[in-house]
Amino acid sequence: MHRTLGDPKAVLVLLGPALLVYTLVMLVPIFWSLGYTVMDGNALRGFEFVGFDNFARFFQDPTAMETLWFTVRYALVLTVLQVVVGYLLALLYVFVLRRSSSLVRTAVFFPVILPTVAVALLFQRMFELAPTVGPVNAVLDFLSLGSIDWLGESGTAFWVIIAMDVWRSMGFYAVLLYAGIVDIPDDVIESARMDGASGLRLVRSIVIPMSLPVLLSAIIFSVNGTLKVFDTVIALTNGGPGTSTTPLTVYMFRASFQYGSYGYGSTIALMLAILCLLVTLFIFRSSRRDLTKG
Amino acid sequence: MSADVIARTTSTRAPSPRARAAKRMLQRLPALLVIAFVLVVVLYPLLWLVLGSFKTQPEFLSEPFWSLPQQWNFDNYTEAFVEGGLGRYILNSAIATLPSLGIQLIFGLGAAFALEIMVWKGRGTVLLMFLAGIMIPVQMILLPLFTIYFNLHLTGTRWPLIITYVAMGLPLTVFMMATYMRAIPREMFEAAELDGAGVYRQFWYFAVPLVRNAIFTVGLVQFFFIWNDLLVAMTFVQSSELRTIQVGLLNFTGEYGAVSYGPMFAGIAVNVIGTLIIYLFLNQKVMKGLAAGAVKG
Repeated sequence: MHRTLGDPKAVLVLLGPALLVYTLVMLVPIFWSLGYTVMDGNALRGFEFVGFDNFARFFQDPTAMETLWFTVRYALVLTVLQVVVGYLLALLYVFVLRRSSSLVRTAVFFPVILPTVAVALLFQRMFELAPTVGPVNAVLDFLSLGSIDWLGESGTAFWVIIAMDVWRSMGFYAVLLYAGIVDIPDDVIESARMDGASGLRLVRSIVIPMSLPVLLSAIIFSVNGTLKVFDTVIALTNGGPGTSTTPLTVYMFRASFQYGSYGYGSTIALMLAILCLLVTLFIFRSSRRDLTKG
Repeated sequence: MSADVIARTTSTRAPSPRARAAKRMLQRLPALLVIAFVLVVVLYPLLWLVLGSFKTQPEFLSEPFWSLPQQWNFDNYTEAFVEGGLGRYILNSAIATLPSLGIQLIFGLGAAFALEIMVWKGRGTVLLMFLAGIMIPVQMILLPLFTIYFNLHLTGTRWPLIITYVAMGLPLTVFMMATYMRAIPREMFEAAELDGAGVYRQFWYFAVPLVRNAIFTVGLVQFFFIWNDLLVAMTFVQSSELRTIQVGLLNFTGEYGAVSYGPMFAGIAVNVIGTLIIYLFLNQKVMKGLAAGAVKG
């Protein structure tokens, strides 16, 4: 049996192309990139060995620290909001809309598939102050709260970025978490109801603990996505005003292609990869501790 | 389903059917308001976008945001395509997306078959190696790739985009295809082998048709991933001749100097509506495929 399915030549023919492309375009560049972190220069100018200068420069560079702080702040705030808003929507789908939720689910999912650039340009116009007054400022004017130059100040620009990303991604997290809540066995919820649990209490003591695994993967997914934010910022604020809304990814892009320093760019990219890994491990560890406690 | 549970508990409590219905409506009112609010928040920006794409520059500057366009012609769209070069950007995106998607799906199917259905030593390790690729930030591979493409004199062509998209999508495609292939009963292949089908025949006429739904699903995900990409396109495309639609749209404002709202809204609208249509069309196809599979099974 399985003589044909063990044919080494066929393995090579079927697996070879994918493995070759993957190795040459993903694996080799990763190690290559590690090599760049101890170099200075770029593809056009050539490289020279500088040891650990790039790492020292990273930790002494005030702009790098500012972008690191922005990245962490953004990832933290957005992860909490994405997962909370997504979870509330999922509860709405399961307990309020019930079987008729598919239309609302599809509508709320729309923004997920839209190109970030298009959405960002749209949001720029919506929060605009001059030369035209966008809907958001028009509503504020109407309520006589006074309009705000949303993208002109770093504090408000941060919240516009957050608002746009919540708008764009809540449908995705809602569907992801919806799948987790729907999978809770009906008899568990029914017996909890018979014991007198309803509303908030039912959600807090039955639904949340039972959907914890999906919640955890949603958080890990969200953190890893938000730490790598690029498109949203480039298209919405381009990192400004100044460098106040610049994440690590955008700073890496600038360092590499505007200032032509591949070594420093690779160092920033490595720091980002390490940050993602550490945060993921941290979430895993802390969740396991909670499980053993409970 | 929990819906039955809720319905049953409410029905035992309420006294008469009409009072019950009224009470239930009243109870559901806050929830309905919340749903209406959510739908407005999601759909209003899209409506505003479409209305805006018909407005003229003076309408943008002097009329309030909620005013309807005074004319319904496609002048803004014409200007976006003729002067903004939107058609060229869309074509560039299609030329980059479709071949990378096709190559990626074929390579991924072959690899998944070799890793999941075929029997050989070390296949688990190779599958894990592909899996590791899901976690790597793209930023790590951009600079070495830039150097490689530069030295191979590929800079300034479409090849860097296509090659990078194929490789970046492979980990997820291989992983998902392998998961779907695991679900195919092994007896299928044993029977096919007894009937004298060779390994390539088993791959192309048995495995591939059986994971047809997976091909649509993975294809849909990867299509949007490539079509909406900005980072790779910004890195490897310098000339305005080869710009994809996302990079082109980003530079739309620059070309006119002062923001020319109408054509810009038209450009965004084409990008958004095109994506929505593709999503709705392919999504329906996926659903149909699922239904057909269920009937046959």
